[in-house]
Amino acid sequence: MNYLIRRLVTFPLVMFGVSVLVFVAIRLVPGDSITAMLGTEAGLLTPEQRQSLAVYFGLDQGWFSQYWRWLSGVFSGNLGISVTYGKPVLDVILERFPLTLELAVLAMVIALGIGLPLGVFAATRNEKRSDLAVRIFAMIGQSTPSFVIGLLIIFALSAGFGILPAMGQFVPFLEDPLGNLSQLILPAMTLGLSFTASVTRISRSAVLDVLGDDYVRTARAKGAPKARVIWRHALPNALIPVVTLSGVEFGYLLGGAVLVEQIFALPGLGRLVLDAILQRDYALVQGSVLFVALNFMIVNLLVDLTYVMLDPRIRLGGRA
Amino acid sequence: MKAFFQSLLRHPSGRIGAAIVLLYIIVALLSQAGLTPYDPLKQFRIERLQGATLAHWMGTDMFGRDVLSRLMIGIGQSFLVAFSSVGLAAVIGTLLGLTAAWFGHLWDGLVMRLMDVLLAFPAILLALLFIAVVGPGTFTSILAIAFVYTPIFTRVVRGPALSIKTRDFVDAARSFGSSTSYILTRHLMLNLVAPLTVQVTLALAWSLLTESGLSFLGLGTQPPNSSLGLMLADSVNLMEMAPWLLIFPALAVMLGILGFNLLGDALRDILDPRMRRVVA
Repeated sequence: MNYLIRRLVTFPLVMFGVSVLVFVAIRLVPGDSITAMLGTEAGLLTPEQRQSLAVYFGLDQGWFSQYWRWLSGVFSGNLGISVTYGKPVLDVILERFPLTLELAVLAMVIALGIGLPLGVFAATRNEKRSDLAVRIFAMIGQSTPSFVIGLLIIFALSAGFGILPAMGQFVPFLEDPLGNLSQLILPAMTLGLSFTASVTRISRSAVLDVLGDDYVRTARAKGAPKARVIWRHALPNALIPVVTLSGVEFGYLLGGAVLVEQIFALPGLGRLVLDAILQRDYALVQGSVLFVALNFMIVNLLVDLTYVMLDPRIRLGGRA
Repeated sequence: MKAFFQSLLRHPSGRIGAAIVLLYIIVALLSQAGLTPYDPLKQFRIERLQGATLAHWMGTDMFGRDVLSRLMIGIGQSFLVAFSSVGLAAVIGTLLGLTAAWFGHLWDGLVMRLMDVLLAFPAILLALLFIAVVGPGTFTSILAIAFVYTPIFTRVVRGPALSIKTRDFVDAARSFGSSTSYILTRHLMLNLVAPLTVQVTLALAWSLLTESGLSFLGLGTQPPNSSLGLMLADSVNLMEMAPWLLIFPALAVMLGILGFNLLGDALRDILDPRMRRVVA
């Protein structure tokens, strides 16, 4: 079977599995969501009040009918009501998503903008001192968790320049572009720098790999300038691993960078999921985790489609 | 084996990585044996938030506890989680991958679709979901990280196992009447040692990273116990006043992950000859 068709057929199957897993997992969490929602006040509820709340949120029914109700809702865009926020889950998710998306895009721009040229540069200077320096930088970068980079950036700015990151109420980009960017630039740098290291490493080794190929040597022998050979001939073929890596990373970032959002007090998708889990907000956990998994899988599918564009051999379905 | 260690020590990354990992293992063992400069929980109240001194090489924290001792315990804790979780994931993943490749059909389909479902989640999210169900703590971190990495090991094993399964020497073993378990453990496993070794080393780096992140969020090791992520979380509000609370644990996390990454890279170069051209 064609590789792409196989991917498209398994997509809904995997999504179904994801939905079942999330549904079952959140119901295995000890404690109930009404107690979690009301805290100590839950103790003041009469059994009747508790029962009517359970009916309102659909918690009185069996797992199967709860799942079925939820799944049929998902297809009509109704992910249920969040007990923490008292409004539709989809609305809560869509409020948080623009920040996460913007952060992911900015981080990718920074990572690819620095990592790709750095990787190509290192490949052309193979085994020279500058190559070694780039490789050491990349290795250290890859070994530093993004939240540690974030903490070090905050520390460097506050200790060195007395500047603190702009935290507080998040400002959407369309309302105040400058205010928005001043809030997001440090978290984006944190995530971007963390990913730059991986992009540098992978693009260096990919370019190095194709530089020895016959068609590159032929292009050089025909007298094409070195820069043209690298950027026009070598790079497009070396891009496949970079695209894979970037796609997977972008998918991760769309799931929200929990740790970096936590450090910079950003109301993104990652913190939403974390808070929903801690609050045992069933509907919100189900909805947001499904949303994140869907994003992640769509991005991975798009990466596969991009492969096919970059390398037609893959269309042959694994025989390439 | 001797030749393997010689090539590892000849490889620059291998040498440095092995030295760092060895140093960390010694520190972890010392801390687990209780051989830290001070009791990591003992509070020297009058020496709170002191910088590096002769008595406290890495200073003291907000409760007057010795940072070096806590760091050593933290390294021990992180290593315990990393080795246990990766060991668990490697064993379960290998079993699943091997049996999926060998028995094929329904079992293969079932296992691999289940792994696809688990791989549809970003790793940290899956770990968070797991911790939400089981509750935070060191043991849960081990299980959560193992849960997240099992699908990766299953895939790493299944692919090569499928191709080895069709090789002549496996057919020969079958016709000699060797049992399935003998063929799986002797013929398939021995040929999978190389990719597994590389994967284990790289997974150890990822596991250290995930453990520190989970502890940082308050979902891993719980206070008053020490872990690198927890020390970093404690440093957040004090970093300007007491930068050593941030710098030393940050360096310890970075260096530990760096050690495993360097070692993993070197092992990949040595064990996977296809990679040599790129690296050499």
